[in-house]
Amino acid sequence: MNAPSNLKYATSDEWFEPASGKVGITDYAQNQLSDIVFVEILVEAGDAVEAGKAIASVESVKASAEILAPATGTVTAINKGLADKPETLNSDPFGEGWMIQIEGGAAGDLMDAAAYSAYCESRAH
Amino acid sequence: MTDQTPKIVEPTIFDLSSPGRTGVTFPAADVPVAALPPEHLLRSDLPLPELAEVDVVRHYMRLSKFNYSVDSGFYPLGSCTMKYNPKIDEDTCRLPGFVYTHPLQPIETVQGNLALMHTLQEWLKEISGFAAVTLQPAAGAHGEFTGVLMMAAYHKSRGDTKRTKMLIPDAAHGTNPASVGMLGMTVQQIPSDARGNVDLEKLKAACDDTVVGMMLTNPNTLGLFDEHVEEVIKLVHDCGGLMYGDGANLNALLGIVRPGDVGFDVMHFNLHKTFAVPHGGGGPGSGPVGVAAHLADFLPEPLVGIIEEGEGDEAPLFGFVKPQKSIGRMKAFHGHFGGGFVRAFTYIALHGAEGLKDIAQYAVLNANYLQARLRDTYRVPFDRICMHEFVAEGRFEGSDVRALDIAKRLMDYNFHPPTNYFPLIVHEALMIEPTETENKDTLDAFADALIQIAQEAKTDPDLLHNAPSTTLFGRMDEVKAARELVLCCWLPENYSEA
Repeated sequence: MNAPSNLKYATSDEWFEPASGKVGITDYAQNQLSDIVFVEILVEAGDAVEAGKAIASVESVKASAEILAPATGTVTAINKGLADKPETLNSDPFGEGWMIQIEGGAAGDLMDAAAYSAYCESRAH
Repeated sequence: MTDQTPKIVEPTIFDLSSPGRTGVTFPAADVPVAALPPEHLLRSDLPLPELAEVDVVRHYMRLSKFNYSVDSGFYPLGSCTMKYNPKIDEDTCRLPGFVYTHPLQPIETVQGNLALMHTLQEWLKEISGFAAVTLQPAAGAHGEFTGVLMMAAYHKSRGDTKRTKMLIPDAAHGTNPASVGMLGMTVQQIPSDARGNVDLEKLKAACDDTVVGMMLTNPNTLGLFDEHVEEVIKLVHDCGGLMYGDGANLNALLGIVRPGDVGFDVMHFNLHKTFAVPHGGGGPGSGPVGVAAHLADFLPEPLVGIIEEGEGDEAPLFGFVKPQKSIGRMKAFHGHFGGGFVRAFTYIALHGAEGLKDIAQYAVLNANYLQARLRDTYRVPFDRICMHEFVAEGRFEGSDVRALDIAKRLMDYNFHPPTNYFPLIVHEALMIEPTETENKDTLDAFADALIQIAQEAKTDPDLLHNAPSTTLFGRMDEVKAARELVLCCWLPENYSEA
């Protein structure tokens, strides 16, 4: 399982890149969901988001999941291409699969990569 | 297994259509022919299939043979209570006195229907321990919506307008948060503890004066009875919330526990699970709701009530009554009468009080028997005495076989697969609910098949990856089906995508 060290992680399996303000779901999350078939981003550029509140809804062949904001701030961009290519979340969750970008963000209670990897490992059993 | 029989795929009814074929020949009109007023036509391009009656009958008869149903085999679809539906239900719901009535008839002419509905209301009260019951809701989720609407109305009537948050455990049915969302409330998820109960500490932390209430499925979707249900209810009541019971798993409790006695304020029944009304495509469902005394005034209108007591041996006059602070109608008429009420009434009458208790006990016994036979082969993460169902993991150490592969392979053994990937709190979940219907031979055959499949997962995993191989169609491409939403193989000629 992959967890880049430049990112911060939420217990609900979203990542946050402090440098850019980008937000997405983790490799662990996409793997648990399996093939993602539908993505709906619930916020727009300009919206205020609050850490822990829903920003998107994702559906796979197994389950649907709410994606929560890992940080509080203002949305500056959303990844519009995801709606047409939801499989991007499976193939490149930390890159092309970014979901929204937040500015002025105060990160919520987030883990670093090592802590998140241990957290994922603890849930495998 | 090599099957050399050619697989014949049934064409769609549209493929079978041939212009000019017809099932009915109308006699020549004996009145002047008039054109339909065009302003009343919705569309002119509806190409209905044209077939003779015999072609239609054969088409659907062939399709019905591809079907798998409770009448053809074991159907351990967890959370769905796919019990056998006794055929006497089919006789009673077709009695002419029920069939040839209309909900708008004067009440004096439908006293039999009303008596049946009133008796069913009373029986459901007795079974659940609630003070009053509405039969209106069309199915379980509609019952949830009705129940939550009453909870909101209760708080509002007391001027308590801060309450907007519903507490829902992670082992609840997925419809619970959906019903709450439809009412514009927010959901706070409460995790389960290591024994599969509601985590009491997490619940305590969530209880405050914004809580509408809590929706608890008990037994929960792990098939476990919450060991602290009374404490859970007390915590919710102490913060001013109401307790909603999701009665979908009531089959495990019949005649043993009455949710109303335990402290639940409102609960829906699934007549189509617990009381043998057909479902899973054979519906319609039926989701009556029971409430404690303090919520009775909020029930949907109308309820069936006694308008006038009979004198001496005379039957009373049944009619409709309106609860004082009713939330209004939840259905245009009175609910699913023939499909739901008559069948459920028949089923309850057929079993009687002692029989209903037997149902719960055999349902629980059967689930525990299967769990005991399978727990050495399939890991059971919350391994304790279960109720009517249990959840095992469909995965093996060092193997790439997954729950879906096991489920598909079961079809080759002519069993309906169990529910998989639900509840979400178990990895590769296989949720198995045998119901009271099955005898030991069937349970053993099913357990043997699952044990055999676990063996195959080691020796020939591709057998599982490629399963099913003996069915009319092999493995479906679920991802393609979900991503490319082409729901119809046939579209009108001048159809254009909007």
